[in-house]
Amino acid sequence: MIEIKGLTKQFGKKSVVDDVSVAIQPGTITSFIGPNGAGKSTLLSMVSRLLDADTGEVLLDKNNVKKWKSTEFAKRVSILRQANYINVRLTVRELVAFGRYPYSKGRLNAEDNRFVDQAMEYMNLTDMQNQFLDELSGGQKQRAFIAMVIAQDTDYILLDEPLNNLDMKHSVQIMKILRKLVNELGRTVVIVLHDINFASVYSDQIVALKNGKLVKNGPTNDIINSDALREIYDMDIPIQEQDGCRICVYFNSHTGS
Amino acid sequence: MKLWILIIATIILSFISLFIGAIDIKISHLLDWQSDEAQLFFISRVPRLMAIILAGAGMSIAGLIMQSLSRNKFVSPTTAGTLDAAKLGILISMLFITNVTYTQQIIFSFAFALVGTLVFMQILDKIKFKDAIFVPLIGIMYGNILSSITTFFAYEADLIQNISAWLMGSFTLIISGRYELLYVSIPAVILAYLYANKFTVAGMGEEFAKNLGLSYKVVLNIGLILVAVISTTVVLTVGVIPFLGLIVPNIVSIYLGDNLRKIIPHTMLLGVVFLLICDIIGRIIIHPYEIPVNVTVAVIGSAIFLIMLFRGRAYAK
Repeated sequence: MIEIKGLTKQFGKKSVVDDVSVAIQPGTITSFIGPNGAGKSTLLSMVSRLLDADTGEVLLDKNNVKKWKSTEFAKRVSILRQANYINVRLTVRELVAFGRYPYSKGRLNAEDNRFVDQAMEYMNLTDMQNQFLDELSGGQKQRAFIAMVIAQDTDYILLDEPLNNLDMKHSVQIMKILRKLVNELGRTVVIVLHDINFASVYSDQIVALKNGKLVKNGPTNDIINSDALREIYDMDIPIQEQDGCRICVYFNSHTGS
Repeated sequence: MKLWILIIATIILSFISLFIGAIDIKISHLLDWQSDEAQLFFISRVPRLMAIILAGAGMSIAGLIMQSLSRNKFVSPTTAGTLDAAKLGILISMLFITNVTYTQQIIFSFAFALVGTLVFMQILDKIKFKDAIFVPLIGIMYGNILSSITTFFAYEADLIQNISAWLMGSFTLIISGRYELLYVSIPAVILAYLYANKFTVAGMGEEFAKNLGLSYKVVLNIGLILVAVISTTVVLTVGVIPFLGLIVPNIVSIYLGDNLRKIIPHTMLLGVVFLLICDIIGRIIIHPYEIPVNVTVAVIGSAIFLIMLFRGRAYAK
């Protein structure tokens, strides 16, 4: 289990994350939502050790993440930030194989190769495994990076806006795969999302941030209602039910100022 | 391109390199150990070939490491101030130490090459606009600043003649006893191969590397040390060879990708083949005289570089 305790991060004088405490439930999808500048990505970076917190701590299985050895931590927690800027000419298979780096240091054994094959199959990439990444579309590339994270075989998968620059179809594909990872493989997914409706439809837990502070934290249904959303976004957002999913119809909402 | 093609090309070109020159040497001459031809062969031709092989492989690998770690296709020892810093180091050693020894020159040159490259990486870290063309332009400007400092102090101290010798990459003066420093680049290249996977991971960025449990800073520093070692040995023995570390890794990247473990053998051999061709051309054109290799490399290299720029902008981004 990952526990975030009193985490604070300042850039200059501004608190980007301010005294946030959250526990991530294993075996769920937890979405971080909130307006721009709420501190979602910063929080995720601190959980994954990419960034050091000023005060507070993140515990993985009761141990401070800073105390974990890099390699051991990389076998438990993986993070994928906006990946499309990576312009290294690797084939899909080579990239996915680097997911095994914490285990193999690049010398893949039979078991590593099995993980790589499975991950590519899971993401429907087997046919294009020998293509170079720069020959793929944005959606295919994103799938390749997620396949790498799957091959990394971590309990916790942290994703920072994985739907960025993806069209509707590819966004839905990615979210369905994440759902499968949780339901079938028992992984825990923590995801920063910009689109409130993807958060509503696919996540189990929602953590809402605003100006660096935690404003809401709970099961999806407790957060996706007009009262809670007004507090998070300062907007009146009507909710409609569609096939058992709550959809926020915010497109014509009054925005206050 | 297959690896065996490069291997065969290397062998054939090596033979040609051994048997062309002002004095005609035949294989039969070599049977007589005492003959002038055999002496010449082992004192001049063989060392020259070894120097070309070591410098060609070394500079290509140095360029490859820099491109991977800086994540920019156009960064190389000649476009990031590494070689200019190495030259500055040699000058400083000559200015401040009376009767400077070769070892002291090596140490100064290495230290300056390392610090010079580190400074460039720091600049790279600070600038927001990381365009594929913009970054090497900054590197070239930075190198020129270092170079003009060197020239200024060399002029003041009457050392211009000495430094222009390092400016000119040439194998003409390579004879037995004057090139052995280049062998230091062999362990550097072997280390580069052992670290290949780490460099590839680091080349995908600090966050990416951290996610896979790699200590990014350590790998970065090891890479820069290897680059400095290789650059120093080449500058001190052969001089500056432009473009080599720039175009060779790029050509390999186009046909084989950026997975270092896979491409290091190709990059090494292609660098050797390219430098052998340039050196052979330089020795044939005005036979029995020679054109220094940096001239032929610059002419052929700049043409290839321009082609790469025009057709490859999309890929370099």
